[in-house]
Amino acid sequence: MTSPLQLALLLLALGFSRGLQHHYPDQADQVDGEAELELVAEPSKFGSLWPLPQKVKLSAVSLKLTGVSFQIADAKGSSAGSGCSLLQDAYRRYYEYVFGGAKRQQQPGKGRRAAGPAVLTELQVWITSPDPECDGYPGVASDESYELTVDQPYAVLKAPKVWGALHGLETFSQLVYEDEYGVKSINSTTISDFPRFAHRGILLDSARHFLPIKVILANLETMAMNKLNVFHWHITDDQSFPYLSRTFPQLSQQGAYHPYTHVYTPADVKMVVEFGRLRGIRVIPEFDTPGHTQSWGKGQTDLLTPCYSGSKPSGSFGPVNPILNTTYDFMSQFFKEISTVFPDAYVHLGGDEVDFSCWKSNPDIQTFMDQQGFGKDFSKLESFYIQKLLNIVATTQKGYMIWQEVFDNGVQLKPDTLIHVWKGNKEQYQSEMANVTSAGFQTLLSTPWYLNRISYGQDWQGHYRADPQDFKGTEEQKKLVIGGEACLWGEYVDATNLTPRLWPRASAVAERLWSAADVTDINDAFNRLSVHRCRMVARGIPAQPLFSSYCPREYKGV
Amino acid sequence: METTGLVSFGRYTCSHLYFLLLIVLPLGQHTVEGVWPLPQIFTSSIERYPLNPQAFYFGYGRQSAAQFGCSVLDAAFIRYYSLIFPDYTGNGVLHNNLSVSAGKASLNAETVWGAVRGLETFSQLVYQDDFGSYFVNQTEIDDFPRFPFRGILLDTSRHFIPVHAILKTLDAMAYSKFNVFHWHIVDDPSFPYQSQTFPDLSRKGAFHPMTHIYTQSDVRRVISHARLRGIRVLPEFDSPGHTKSWGKGQSDLLTPCYSGSTPSGAFGPVNPALPSTYQFMATLLKEVSSVFPDSYIHLGGDEVNFSCWKSNPDVRAFMQKMGFGVDFTKLEAFYMENIVNITTFLNKTAIVWQDVFDYHELRSSPSVVEVWKDGCYLCEVRRVANVGLRVILASPWYLDQPGPTHNWARFYTPLNFSGTAEQKKLVIGGEVCMWGEYVDATNLTPRLWPRASAAAERLWSDEKQTSSVDKAFPRLQDFRCKLVRRGIRAEPLYVGHCKHEYQGV
Repeated sequence: MTSPLQLALLLLALGFSRGLQHHYPDQADQVDGEAELELVAEPSKFGSLWPLPQKVKLSAVSLKLTGVSFQIADAKGSSAGSGCSLLQDAYRRYYEYVFGGAKRQQQPGKGRRAAGPAVLTELQVWITSPDPECDGYPGVASDESYELTVDQPYAVLKAPKVWGALHGLETFSQLVYEDEYGVKSINSTTISDFPRFAHRGILLDSARHFLPIKVILANLETMAMNKLNVFHWHITDDQSFPYLSRTFPQLSQQGAYHPYTHVYTPADVKMVVEFGRLRGIRVIPEFDTPGHTQSWGKGQTDLLTPCYSGSKPSGSFGPVNPILNTTYDFMSQFFKEISTVFPDAYVHLGGDEVDFSCWKSNPDIQTFMDQQGFGKDFSKLESFYIQKLLNIVATTQKGYMIWQEVFDNGVQLKPDTLIHVWKGNKEQYQSEMANVTSAGFQTLLSTPWYLNRISYGQDWQGHYRADPQDFKGTEEQKKLVIGGEACLWGEYVDATNLTPRLWPRASAVAERLWSAADVTDINDAFNRLSVHRCRMVARGIPAQPLFSSYCPREYKGV
Repeated sequence: METTGLVSFGRYTCSHLYFLLLIVLPLGQHTVEGVWPLPQIFTSSIERYPLNPQAFYFGYGRQSAAQFGCSVLDAAFIRYYSLIFPDYTGNGVLHNNLSVSAGKASLNAETVWGAVRGLETFSQLVYQDDFGSYFVNQTEIDDFPRFPFRGILLDTSRHFIPVHAILKTLDAMAYSKFNVFHWHIVDDPSFPYQSQTFPDLSRKGAFHPMTHIYTQSDVRRVISHARLRGIRVLPEFDSPGHTKSWGKGQSDLLTPCYSGSTPSGAFGPVNPALPSTYQFMATLLKEVSSVFPDSYIHLGGDEVNFSCWKSNPDVRAFMQKMGFGVDFTKLEAFYMENIVNITTFLNKTAIVWQDVFDYHELRSSPSVVEVWKDGCYLCEVRRVANVGLRVILASPWYLDQPGPTHNWARFYTPLNFSGTAEQKKLVIGGEVCMWGEYVDATNLTPRLWPRASAAAERLWSDEKQTSSVDKAFPRLQDFRCKLVRRGIRAEPLYVGHCKHEYQGV
């Protein structure tokens, strides 16, 4: 039995208002960006796939699925068996997403025989390489590719590693729709997919506001729906130190908003890392120094620089004190702990926005500057600190990411350092990307994706248009761009508003980082993203609307 | 030593709210950040009294005109008991048991509505010390609102807002002492109101005829939930513009647009040239006025696009017949006057958006004009008040605009309305508008709160006492944490933390 594809896709579509956008005739100046289009949602020929796979062949042949007989199972030839709990967990998760909970299963064997010619009874998952990496951690070099074939009598998902299989399961779930009788259906499809960039991240800031674990996990779940694979955990900052260190427990005891209710225990961190791993998401912690460290000073005396007013200490403190050996002893022990707690091969060391005024005021630092021959150039002192820190971290066998200032200030860096570009306007960040890559460093971009900045209207379109490889440079330079991150800084964000502020705006970034560079049709993106957003809502994620419209299943929370 | 609440009433149906909260019993010292919105007259001392959740109860004063059986207060006592003692899980002692009271708080109000406000104030005065014990400081408050109309507009047409999200908003409104829920229930994109008389309107005009509608019982539930919190429900049926969704279920209601000499297939505003239009509107508004008990009804009247009327030969012929020439504002005025007359006949007070006032000379005038446009909105307020009409101000409080983030102070700006005493009296209040283009249940609450609370204080409190943003900030931060503790997903004002963070996602 076949039905026209067009009908199937119409059913995926949403009713969107064709009305004018009212009530803002006098406030046009507040509407962000003239280039913003007013879009009307229509069915995309790619249904609700998000991010768009690299190669998609959809046919009009429609197959039915029923929760009673359908199953997701390991293919015979797969190198991952039932012992691969990562995949078994994922099968259950996607079964529930597709069917909305358990359906009574028939006796084994019976159901499959009863299946008619137009019924899809199974998705076979086939891990093709000898090592599926079931118990491993995802990394920057992980193979995330997969091939999905939906056809009679069963669908096959082939992937070299489990990481690709996870993405393929998500894609499979996005292909399923309800026909007019509410029957789960899927069209015969062939997909071959892989990410354009290896590093596709979200930064959450748990220092400006404490984010309960539940919120972090919900957002990891949502990241997986968008094929994002890096959770950049900006875990500490000036305002609070919620990370409970086993080596230095007084850091959170004194530096957290509350030593018990507003901290992340080792068990919490473990849970986040494992929850991420099961979804193919890396957890990269950021311990930002030497600036952004006010909260560190509360639990670790002599770590921060005492500021002076005139010839006396003023009582306030500045960045980490770079002239004391105790500072580096502390950092050695601290990062040794971090390297064992967080399994990822990278750690983010920050290094942004160091305020020199306190260093300038301190006579000991001035003396040190003279001894070292730094003169009045405090960026040399910063470099001095960072270099020592990088050496410390290098001994823990970790790679490091740093914010762009460290590169800008000419600090000597290991060749595999990742430079994180976050500053400036479009012209500035493009020239920064060009400079960083011409110096031979790998880089990732965040400047256009500061999602904590909000405005009226559809700002996702701006996020969607930005491209990390859009700068003047050679092919070799472009290859050094490993991806990007959407940042949601926490000054005005906590558990109450984080999720709707992040989604579906971060989804726009997700497609830019996953799909082919020529996927730029904003109308088609709107059509797919509208349905994708409703899918996130149906899965319990309060992703905010793109424009006047409705979802078949509205958000049930408040 | 415990404190109990005591409520007594003077006259039951009086327009001015007046209540007094008085507590006597000495002990240690501590204090709360304060009450939001700030009461008019507030004195408190550092003397504090413990509250024992087991023994605390609300009772009616002997002189009170309201006694046990008063639905609004009986329900409010139950609600506020658990708001005051959030940690207490035992059974509250809510029946009349006068013997345990060693100390009493008394609350006097002329109406139950004042008493509900007073209970909210009282609940904000109670705090817990580090050991979890409940205390209230010796306090004396004399309070009344600056404006009688303090509203929040929700738009349920551009996105459908499920009933539970509306009810939650009503809860939060009561915490900020808002008293009008302006329900912009229908508009171009959808018609979710299920009409008894014209069921096709929602059957064909809603996003979905079964899941995205408000049934009559939904509407009753909203009204009754609101009433128990001292909140009026003001329905808006906006016409003649903003009515695209109406046309789907009511043929011949909208004006067919023409391209050249043939209908283009598109439709414009309500067709003002047909008598059937007015029959329909009279029937619909009759239903609406019986479903919604409030004495006000909002008739909209904003942003009417004339191009479709201009294109239609029948409309043009009607213009000739009526002697309107080519002045389409006259046609709109003609339409609005007819609609206002219908509501007058139904004994309702009509509110219209300022467009109706701006563009037309009104013969039978609506009673209340809502000012919403940007620019010198206080000039507009003065113009309206000059001709003796009542005014509601919405311009400064378009909260659907999300950014910049830390902009609550924008909604706190003093009004500084300079006018004669007569003119000032005509300004009956203000309204926060949450238009729905980019808002649905996923993001409504954090976008509304606590920014709407800033507007709430502007509308309730004395302006002289609340002119400093810096002074208000810590009190509002504290209040925001109270909202979060009460389960309202109110977003943060700046970095910091609440003792009890929001636990959802």
